[in-house]
Order: sequence, then structure tokens, then C-alpha cells
Amino acid sequence: MSIRGLPVEDLVQLSRNADRRAIGRLLTLVERGGPEAERITELTHSQVEGAHVIGITGPPGAGKSTLVARLIDESTRSGGMPAVLAVDPSSPLTGGAILGDRVRMADADQRAFIRSVATRGHEGGLALAIPGGVRVFDSAGFDPVIIETVGVGQVEVDVTAAADTTVVVVTPGMGDAVQANKAGLLEVADVFVVNKADRPGAANTRRDLALMLELSHVTGQENTDYRPPILMTNSLDGDGVAAVAAAISSHLDYLKSSGKLADRRNIRARFEVTSRVRDLFERSLVMTLGSDDAIRLLDEVASGGVPPTAAARSLAEKLLRETPRADPITTGN
Amino acid sequence: MSDEPIRVVLAKLGLDGHDRGIKIVARMLRDAGMEVIYLGLRQTAESIVAAAVEEDADVIGLSMHNAGHLTLAPAMLNALAKHDIDIPLVVGGIVPDDDVDQLINAGVAAVLGPGASTEQVVATVRSVVSTT
Repeated sequence: MSIRGLPVEDLVQLSRNADRRAIGRLLTLVERGGPEAERITELTHSQVEGAHVIGITGPPGAGKSTLVARLIDESTRSGGMPAVLAVDPSSPLTGGAILGDRVRMADADQRAFIRSVATRGHEGGLALAIPGGVRVFDSAGFDPVIIETVGVGQVEVDVTAAADTTVVVVTPGMGDAVQANKAGLLEVADVFVVNKADRPGAANTRRDLALMLELSHVTGQENTDYRPPILMTNSLDGDGVAAVAAAISSHLDYLKSSGKLADRRNIRARFEVTSRVRDLFERSLVMTLGSDDAIRLLDEVASGGVPPTAAARSLAEKLLRETPRADPITTGN
Repeated sequence: MSDEPIRVVLAKLGLDGHDRGIKIVARMLRDAGMEVIYLGLRQTAESIVAAAVEEDADVIGLSMHNAGHLTLAPAMLNALAKHDIDIPLVVGGIVPDDDVDQLINAGVAAVLGPGASTEQVVATVRSVVSTT
């Protein structure tokens, strides 16, 4: 039986019986976007169980994939059924990608479902594909769902930060905490991990992070009931990973007991819906810009007759008038 | 086929540490706009099947430099058949000319030997995917 010819309704049904081929296929369709992806989101949305969504981010080479492999094992040991979305960048030149996160996860518990995701250049796409993929996993009974991204692109950081619990992984010798601050990673962390802690400078890295957290007090960002722990690991041999797993689960307990879990999920809903609205408008904009009026207007901007600000306002008004009438689903592809 | 990127799972099966070639092939395919899921060394037929299913791969590429192709490629095909999976298998590496027919008859979709150009590698992967 080829899974590829099946309608999405059947695939969603199969995914609930833990059919891994169906889940794999659903993830492809969600990533592709368009009408089938929207249908899958509609079918899975009501079925989610509220899996704990964990974001793992940090600079390239920090050891995120290796840490995820060990967290998978910690999770299955305590009765969890983890799934992973491992995001790696696409080449901006060719659109191709080498997705190598699985190499570091080869010895993780095989019951976990690991899926590699390429950023595919269009940032908005990732903002839709990730929540869609999380929903496929959640509705198929996976919990927790781990999202691993390289913490360099803003959208990737946003996607990870939209998790219930965000783990920021850093290593010694990658610059002081000012660098980490610059990358925008400090504000989003619920748990800090200093990985490769057997290397020189680990204690300094830890101290720098602690100092930065102290500064949150000065800038008024301090959360008085929760302070992100800073944990030292060597994920290659598993040292300290049990403490990370414990910190992740304590953070979930904190979210539940403080009522902040609902806040996080509201932020997530807001982020996804905003991304979807933007996506719909962008697709309509492509159509609007193709109209004869728009082409004439753009010519006038280029020749100096109309200022770009006025042209943009005029097109935005046209777009708002026309968007409800356009069929955004079929115009997308 | 739409213009969606082709997803390729690349792996070394069994005890074979020669991974220079497969890394070059990974680059060739990436530069041709494909998404290459690289599994690395010492994979088993079962671990490759599991990865190909989870990644919804369009094609599986195995690199073989240990003269085990007549044993390992059929083992890979058996594992795919056992799980009822119809993803085409391409074998690359050191395969003597006399063995190529045997692999093709066993069900390998294509064999790429030493000296295959980038164009050949990319065209072969594309044609194998489009005929399934």
C-alpha cells in the first residue's frame, strides 16, 4: 500500500493509530503548506492532548542534537513518548540542505519519532510548519514534543520561544555572555545549559550567565517566582543530563501551578495566527502586485512621479478591499 | 512531481568507515536543491528504514566501499519489503561492473560507480524519484 495516494483524512486517522508512515507523510504535507496543510491543521487541532512543547536552541555546534538524544532517553525512561522536530538551515543559494541532526541521535531510543526540517528560505513557512508539525505529533499521542533549532535566525528563535519550556544551550569559549545577550537568547531561556562543561572556561561561562540573570533584576525583567537554572552538562557521556530533564519538568510544574501555562499557549496561538494572517496577506499581495493598475503604479514610482509611500498606501487599501474576495487557498500554489 | 525539494536519506550500511564519497555526494545533491538527511556511519538496514519512514524520504542512497554490496544491498531491499515500503534504493561506491546487473535484478534502482559526475549523480536521483 502506498501511503502517498491517501487523502489527508485517512492519514490523520492512521496517525492516531501510531502509523509512522502516515505521520511522516502528514509532516511532509504540513511543511509544504497550502490547502492540504490547512486541512490537516483543521483535523488535528481538536485532537491535541496538550503535549509539553520543549524548545532547544543555541549557537551551531553547542551540542543541541547530542543533548536532545539524551533527553529522549530520559523521557522514555520515565514513560514519555517523545517526538523531535530538528530544524537545520537551507542554503539560500540553491534551496538545498544537509540535515545532519540525526547523526548525533543515532543511539537514542528508537521509539522516539525524529523528523528533520529544513528552513526552506521562506521564514514565514517555518512559522507555520512548526506549529503544524507539533500538532500532528501531539494528536498522534506524542508527549513531549521537542523543537531543536539553530539559534541564529529571528524566526527560529521566535518559534522556539513559543514553546512551553525553552532550553538555551551554550558552551565555554564562545565569547562572553554579551554575545549570548546580543543573540537575543537570554530573554527566552527557561533553562540554561552550559554544555561541554569539561572544557576550560565552563565556570566562567556559568558565572557570566548568572551575572546577566542578576541584571534582569535591574532592568525590571525579573520574574520573582521563577529563576532559570544554569546547569552544567557533558551530553556526550550524559553527565548532568538527568538534572536538565528534571529542570524541564519542574518548569512545566511551575507553569501549571502559577497558571502561566495558559499564558504561554495564548502567546503561541497569537504567534501562529499572526503568521497565518501574514501568510494570507502575502499571498494576496502577490496577486495584487500582478494587476495592471499595480504595474502602472510601480512604473510611476520608478520614474519619479509617485512617491513609494503613497503607492504603498494605495496598494494596501486595494489589498484590504480585495483580500476577502480573493481565494487565498488556491492562489497560494 | 511538484517543485518541492526531493528528500534523500544517505547512509553507510554496516561496518564501512569510508565516508569521504558519501559526504561529497551529500554536497552534490544539496547544491542541486535537494534536502539530504545524512545518517552517517554504521547504520543497520532497520535503522535506515526507520529514518526513511520518519523523514518521508523520496529515495535512499547507500554508499558501499567494503565489497559487501552483494550481501548488504539485498539485505536493505529485504528490510524495505518486510515493512512494505516502496522507496527506491540507489547504491554508490565501489561496485564491479559484473555485479551491477545482479544488483539491478535484485531491485536496486540505480548503481553509481567511481567517476560518476555531479550531473550523472543528480540526474540519476531525479529520474529514480520521478519514476516512482
